[in-house]
Parts: sequence; C-alpha cells; structure tokens
Amino acid sequence: MNTPNNKGYAGIEAKVKASLKRRQREETRFRLFGIGAVLVALALVASLFGTILSKGLPSFWQSTFVLDVHFDPEVVQIGPKPVLEAGEAPAQFNERDLAWQMELGFVDFNQLLINALTKHIPAAADSPRDAMALITSGEHFALRDRVVADPSIIGKTLRLNLLADANVDVWLKGNIDRSLPDDRQQLSAQTREWADKLSADGVIKNKFSTAIFLNPDSRSSLAAAGLAGAFMGSLMMMMIVILLAVPIGVASAIYLEEFAPKNWITDLIEVNINNLAAVPSIVFGLLGAAVFILWFKLPISAPIVGGLVLTLMTLPTVIIATRSTLKAIPPSIREAALGVGASKVQATMHHVLPLAIPGILTATIIGVAQALGETAPLLLIGMSAFVSSIPATPFDQSTALPVQIFLWQGNELRNFFEGRTSAAIIVLLALMLTLNSLAIWLRRRYETRW
Amino acid sequence: MNMTQTLNVPMSTSGSSVKTDSGQLPAGNASTNIKLSASDVRVFYGQAEALHGVSLDIVKNEVMAFIGPSGCGKSTFLRSFNRMNDTVAGARVTGKITVDGRDIYDPSVDVVLLRAQVGMVFQKPNPFPKSIYENVAYGARLHGLAANKSDMDEVVESSLRRAGLWEEVKDRLEAPGTGLSGGQQQRLCIARAVAVSPDVILMDEPCSALDPIATSIIEELITELKKNYTIVIVTHNMQQAARCSDRTTFFHLGDLVEIGDTAQIFTNPQQKRTEDYITGRYG
Ligand SMILES: Nc1ncnc2c1ncn2[C@@H]1O[C@H](COP(=O)(O)OP(=O)(O)O)[C@@H](O)[C@H]1O
Ligand SMILES: [Mg+2]
Repeated sequence: MNTPNNKGYAGIEAKVKASLKRRQREETRFRLFGIGAVLVALALVASLFGTILSKGLPSFWQSTFVLDVHFDPEVVQIGPKPVLEAGEAPAQFNERDLAWQMELGFVDFNQLLINALTKHIPAAADSPRDAMALITSGEHFALRDRVVADPSIIGKTLRLNLLADANVDVWLKGNIDRSLPDDRQQLSAQTREWADKLSADGVIKNKFSTAIFLNPDSRSSLAAAGLAGAFMGSLMMMMIVILLAVPIGVASAIYLEEFAPKNWITDLIEVNINNLAAVPSIVFGLLGAAVFILWFKLPISAPIVGGLVLTLMTLPTVIIATRSTLKAIPPSIREAALGVGASKVQATMHHVLPLAIPGILTATIIGVAQALGETAPLLLIGMSAFVSSIPATPFDQSTALPVQIFLWQGNELRNFFEGRTSAAIIVLLALMLTLNSLAIWLRRRYETRW
Repeated sequence: MNMTQTLNVPMSTSGSSVKTDSGQLPAGNASTNIKLSASDVRVFYGQAEALHGVSLDIVKNEVMAFIGPSGCGKSTFLRSFNRMNDTVAGARVTGKITVDGRDIYDPSVDVVLLRAQVGMVFQKPNPFPKSIYENVAYGARLHGLAANKSDMDEVVESSLRRAGLWEEVKDRLEAPGTGLSGGQQQRLCIARAVAVSPDVILMDEPCSALDPIATSIIEELITELKKNYTIVIVTHNMQQAARCSDRTTFFHLGDLVEIGDTAQIFTNPQQKRTEDYITGRYG
C-alpha cells in the first residue's frame, strides 16, 4: 500500500512471490548449514568415542592364568597362626602375631607358582627367572594374603586366577611387533615361547579383570595397576566440592540477587566473581598450594586440599549460574508473595527458591562435573605423585582420575598403558555421564511439579 | 454504603491551584470515615521525582479510581499505600500516608502487617505456581489466621466465594492455579488478597490483561467487594472507572490534577487537562 503500484494486486503478488522464493532459498541454505554443523560435531564425537572405546574396552580383559596352586607345607613352613589366649595382654598377642607374620615373610611364595607352572611347562623349574616373568609380580603377595586370611589352606590345592605380567599381556594381545629382534623385546625368547604355549593350552585366558577397578596404582606389578585410589580421591574431592561450593555458592547468589543493596560494593563483588570464573584453573592450584599447604599446613597430595582448590574454582560458576536462574524467576512471583505480607526471606524461601531449584541443580552438577575433570590445579598441589594406596580419609595421599590418566599416559610401558589410559578415560566419562544424567533426572523431577 | 454520595465535598477544583491539598477532605469529616490519607506524597526513583506532592483522602468502603495517561505515576502512588515501593531499589517516598490515621512510614510499622491490612492485586494475574487451595491459603497461613485444617478450608472457601470463583473451582482445589484462565487467575489473586482479611484492596489495572467478559465479571465483583473493603483501582479504561468507581482522581505527569465524584469528572471536568484526557485528546 505504501509503495505506489499501478499494476494492482497482480503486481504485488509477483513481488511477494519473488521475495518468497528468495526467502525460501535462504531458509534452505540455513537449514543445510545447521545440519552440516551437527553432522560434523557428531562425526567428531563419534571418532573420539570410537578411539577411546576401541582402545580402552579390550584392556578390561587381561591375560589371566588359571592355575592349580598347591600350598605345599614343604614350602610354606610356618607354625600355626597365633590366637588370643585367655588372660593374655593384647600387646603380647600382637607381638606374637607380628612374629608369625614376619616368619611368613621368609616363605618363598614364588616357589609355589613355579611348582604350579611346572605342571604345564616342565622346564619352568630350570629357568625360574623366565618362568616368573610370566606372572605379574604382585601375585605372590596375593598368595601370602590368602595364607594370612586362612592358614588352613596350607596343604590344600586351590584353583586360582592370577594376572599375567603386563608384557605377557602385550605380547599375547599382539600389541607389540612380534618380528622385533630379541634385544628390543621386553620378554626373553623363552618366556615368549612359554606364553604362546600356555595361551594355546588354555592356561592363560583373556579374562575380565577387576584389577583396574579394585587396585590402587602400582609400579612393581603393572598388570595389577588400578584406578581405585584415584577414583576414591576424585570421589572425596567431589564430596568436598558439593558440601562446600553448593551451600556457599547458592547462599551467596541468593544474598547478592535478592537481598544485597545495589551499591558500588556489590558491583565490585559482582565484577570480581565474573573475573574469578574466567581465571585459568592452574592459578587456583597455585593459590591452593600457597594458602592451604604453606599457610594452613594441610597435607600435600591430599584430597582435602584438592577439594578445597576445586571448590574455589567451582564457586564462581555456581554463583553465576544460580544468580542467572534467580534472575529468570518472574518478579511477579516475588510481588505476589510480598503483596500478601510475606517477608523478603519468606518470599525467597517459599516461592523463588523452589522455582529456581532445577536450574540450581543443573548448574551445580555441571560445575561439579567440570571440577571432576580438572587436572591442572591438582598437579600444583602434589596430586600427581605416585600413590600406591587407596586413601581412607581426605587427609591421605591420593591422586585423582584425570591425574591418573595423565600419569598412565606417560608410563614408559606404552604398549600396555595406552589401553589402561583409555580404560581410565572410559571410567571418568562414565562418571561424568552418570552425573549429567542425574542432573537431567533431577531437573525433570522438579520441573514436572507444575 | 452510599456514604460517598454525602461526601460531595467542595474539592478545590477552582482551576488555579493544582498542587494544593486538593484531595483532602475537610477535617470534620475525617475522624470517622477516612481510611487512607496521603499528604504531600513525593516518590523518587533515584534522582527523578515521579510523583510531585500528592494529597488526597480515601473514604471507607468507597471505590476510588486513579486514571491518567501512561507513566503519570498512578502505579507509583498506589504502591506507596502498602509500601510496595520499598522493594524497588532506589525508590524513596516522602510525605505522609496514613491508614486509619496511622502513619505507615513510621519506623515502628511492620510492613508485613501493613500488607496484610492493605492487600494488592497486580496488573498481570500472578498466581503462585502451586495449587488453587495453596494460593489462597498461603497468606492466611503466614499470618496464622487459621488454627487447623478445617479453619483453613473455611478461609479458602469464603475467600474464593468472595472472589466469585468458588463454584468454578470447588472440585479442583488441588489443580494448579496457573492452569486457570486469565480472568479466573485474576479472581484467584483477589481471593488470595482477601484471604488475609485486609480492609483495603489496591488494584493496579486488574483487567488490562483480560478479555471483555472476564473484565465485566471483575467489575461486578468490585461493586460487590465494596461492601466489605475500601478499594483503590488504577485503570486506563475510562468506561471501567465510570462503571465501578465512586470517585475518580486524574493524574498527569506526576501531579494530581483533579479529584471528584466519578460522574462529575466524566461529565463536567473542571480542569482543561482532565477534559482533554477523557475526551481522548491524549493518553
Ligand atoms: N522502578 C522504577 N524505576 C525508575 N523509574 C520508574 C520505576 N517505576 C516507574 N518509574 C517511572 O515513574 C513514572 C511513573 O510510573 P508509573 O507509576 O508506573 O506510571 P503509571 O502506572 O501511571 O503508568 C514513570 O515516568 C516511570 O518511568
Ligand atoms: Mg501502571
């Protein structure tokens, strides 16, 4: 109407049609772009997961001996395990028990293994070094632990699953070039030959192994190296982050958003929080080392320090996300509550907060998941140390899952630890996925109330 | 109920002075009947003065309508009667406002109690995202107005009845309040305000988001509520002011321009600006 036209309605129609065609072309182009972008992203994710799964999954199955081990009394020469006698002082009993265990320390459990192997490879007794290279070195401690737990097995024969040495696993899985000359192989020619034979005979089987889940890291018995220590460390840090960052972060956000006067002080705080969220995580590690370790004298390499550092790192995220959730709650709800005589606190607690909970939960879990995957700050507080025990308290030495991945990735026995690293990544990703599903589930649950 | 008819007091509508105590009733009448009284009320948002010294009295059980073009300060003035302006950062009120002769800006006054006495209905229906029952019960529970469940049931029923909503919702009290139609939601908000036993209800353009049928239901309701409550209603719908108010105040650019009986304001405005507005020359 505004443009002069002398062709009447037909003229307008032609113009509209022409522009319609152009608009449709634009729309199609835009849609294709979108689909293309999504496909690229999907392909990247698929190749990432594909690599990790194809490398990591096989290492949950490890070359395992199924051996009949005879606990020969000739080898395990030891008196009966002491029992607490009536009227005996505990200190005295402890002393006797310790003496018994010390005696056990002199028992050559390797001999039991060699005896067991001899049944399948008669020459094993002649070259015990080559024979012992077959089984990962930690297993003779496992035999000792069995005797300590139940001395009555002496004299009996038990069918046991024993992990093969990491190099045997690599050899049997074909993760090393079999045509390499002897001097570039990790195992002697004799050991390799036996490994092949035992594998063919079904003495060594590729079995699902719980070692990676149940054991701490190990350097003496690589095949038995596990994630349990790192997992516990990460779990403890996660708990600390949840227990500290969530209440502090949510409370600060509520205060800043709902109660704080708007003046230059709160402006300054707001700017600082936003800046903190952008600080590289490694800086938080430095801060943690300076404040918590040097100043508060907290132990080095401990989940407590890691948890505190990650809390500092997560706090701004939680505060910012919670504030934006609160901002999104319509002010009419606050007015409604205040209008019927609710106090500010009541309006917030009864009406604003319940509506904000799904958003706060999501923000928190994403923040925690981020913290869980964080490596850099932990390196600075000593959590990259080799720790061969599972932490019992947050004050014990520990590593964390991402740090364990970093450590294993750098292990010199690459052929074995490439798989281990991917397996650890799978565990970490599984934990993340669990957390994220939890976030989605909680969100759904609270949202469906209305 | 028709006491407002007798209040045909000579307002200072002589034309010249606009900012005098034009809305204030003669002292003799005041002691018994005046419910709300404002004198020289100014409201500032930061440095800007949005309301330039307004004075008026509102009598018990009357319906007072505030009209005027957008942005003239109607909502601002209305919200100073229950101190809702306190919740706006940077807002400041000077002057004196009394409810039943008591200065509501006195430091000894508990805002929470004031808001129970002076209820409010907002422009956009804003029920809580909770059940219909819970919407009405919330305020009563806050103020401890019901001793037990059956008391509360009674409060909820009588409030919903007063808001003319009972028959429509009695079978689905547990359904979400947000699932009602716009008009029903607004009546639910009225029930919510009524449930805390106020004696004044402030309404800020309560029908501006509603369709004509819902609007007329609310207008009838206002006439009904007048028996028990003093009502101040902001509206930019002049027919609405004419239909349901006893007296009307016209604001312009933060000034009270004219106050008088609704019939007189609409048929015989004393001020040029009032006349321009009601004849549709601006607004
Ligand atoms: N929260 C606020 N902050 C700053 N200025 C405001 C605020 N609320 C209202 N004002 C200003 O006060 C004046 C009166 O507004 P209001 O009372 O909402 O007018 P009305 O309800 O008559 O349309 C307007 O100029 C408006 O811009
Ligand atoms: Mg308004």
